[in-house]
Amino acid sequence: MLRGMSTFNVVAVAFGLAFLYLPILILVVYSFNHSQLVTVWGGWSLRWYRELLHDEAMLSSVWISLRVAALSATVATVLGTLAAAALTRFGRFRGRLLFSGMIYAPLVMPEVITGLALLLLFVALDADRGFWTVTIAHTTLTMCFVTIVVQSRLIGFDRSLEEAAWDLGCAPWKAFLVVTLPLIAPAVAAGWLLAFALSLDDLVIASFTSGPGATTLPLRIYSQVRLGVKPEINAICTILIAVVALATVALSLAAKRSALRGDPAAQG
Amino acid sequence: MSSRGAQSWSQRAVLAAPYLWLVVFFLVPFAIVFKLSLSQTAVAQPPYVPLLDLGAGFAGLVDFLRGLGVETYVLLFSDTLYLHAYFKSLIVALVSTAILLLIGFPMAYGMARAPRRLQPLLVMLVVLPFWTSFLIRVYAWINILQRDGLLNSALLQLRIIDTPVAWLASDTAIFIGVVYSYLPFMVLPLYARLEQLDRSLLEAAADLGTPPWKTFWLVTVPLALPGVAAGVLLSFIPIVGEFVIPDLLGGSDSQMIGQVLWVEFFANKDWPVAAAIATVLLAVLVIPILLYERAQRRALEQR
Repeated sequence: MLRGMSTFNVVAVAFGLAFLYLPILILVVYSFNHSQLVTVWGGWSLRWYRELLHDEAMLSSVWISLRVAALSATVATVLGTLAAAALTRFGRFRGRLLFSGMIYAPLVMPEVITGLALLLLFVALDADRGFWTVTIAHTTLTMCFVTIVVQSRLIGFDRSLEEAAWDLGCAPWKAFLVVTLPLIAPAVAAGWLLAFALSLDDLVIASFTSGPGATTLPLRIYSQVRLGVKPEINAICTILIAVVALATVALSLAAKRSALRGDPAAQG
Repeated sequence: MSSRGAQSWSQRAVLAAPYLWLVVFFLVPFAIVFKLSLSQTAVAQPPYVPLLDLGAGFAGLVDFLRGLGVETYVLLFSDTLYLHAYFKSLIVALVSTAILLLIGFPMAYGMARAPRRLQPLLVMLVVLPFWTSFLIRVYAWINILQRDGLLNSALLQLRIIDTPVAWLASDTAIFIGVVYSYLPFMVLPLYARLEQLDRSLLEAAADLGTPPWKTFWLVTVPLALPGVAAGVLLSFIPIVGEFVIPDLLGGSDSQMIGQVLWVEFFANKDWPVAAAIATVLLAVLVIPILLYERAQRRALEQR
């Protein structure tokens, strides 16, 4: 079944995947360790998960992070989809170079620069730092990722469907909503999920733009990790990994199923 | 929607929201960073002078402009702490990008040569760690690398070492963390390129009697170059400004520039110096960033 793949190729892929997964696997296994010491195995236990349930500060951070992520991902998906539509459908327009520059630059911009820049803007605007400033900062970062995801989908898209709608007298914006949007829905959903995951994950930008009362989960984890490794952190990390893994698998299964049904939207 | 350059009102409306958002929350902040880098530190709230007093009209503007100066930049280039940190960041980014390429290329190549129906699964396996928290993945390495951690106990058990090695708080730990965290960024663009590679070209080379290694160098590598460029830029640029990895895994003796910026801002409350550090960092990275943008534009916008 691995015909055509030399031993070297198999080893290269296996080594790479082992390198990617071994540390995560160790972290997950040790979250079920009964011992207080992270490095001594004291038998299987759910002790740290129980302690997590009683950690009010950690739970409130989870809640804040989920709200920030859901809100910023939703706004970012709307803005990112509009940007992707503009970049793929409008041809040349005035200010296009600046626009695409502003879309692609945040993808590689070191986070310390973006974070500092946004913080200084909020200071200049005299805005109180907290929930809203983090949400705005995350929207700015993640909308660019959404744009890339939706844009690649719009490029491989059969435009004759749109053109048919125009020929039948449908206004372009209506054609986009009624014809295009349902067909690119899997990419839009993937963009939202990516934006959500990125927001849930961000430490650096949140450090700059957050304030008292808006300690997101990564900020909380970071401040605890700086004091040393704690088994409880392993437990919360395991839960996060499980949630993300399930969401990713569910999304790809959904995409696959719609591809099997012959839905053109899921075919690349 | 026409592509003749004439903008209808509906096109303008679609464009306006994301455009304005990015101008206000991405472009304008950089102007403020630059302005602040020309200011001086002050014991005040906010902790810098001069402040632009719009109420004072033209005189206020003149006062404001007179207050600006390049003192922070003079400091930046005269203190070896900063130059050393910039230099170290570039070295770390260069070396790790080279290691990433060495590990990532064979991996992407192997994935592209895998049976077709296995490939989506392999891609998902590479993407999945990228979706899980960056912080968690760096944290996972602390478990492994600390003095009484798993790497040392494994090596001691296997009798490869006699005394525990201090892996954590070293440059080695930074390299491990960086290569680990950025591997998906290198593998995915490489795979995307190698996967599209026309196999008939390889077969043609083989038919003409070219040995496999020569085909690899003369056909595969040149055709993969756009993917290499994307992977290299996608890793190199953020690594230069990396903060979390050196902070959690690296030692305290020498810092990367992202850490120096962090300390100037959060610990020393010296906002103008932090802004100057960011401005110089951006100037150092502007060429790679422009190259990346051009590559991205070509990949996504050519018809």
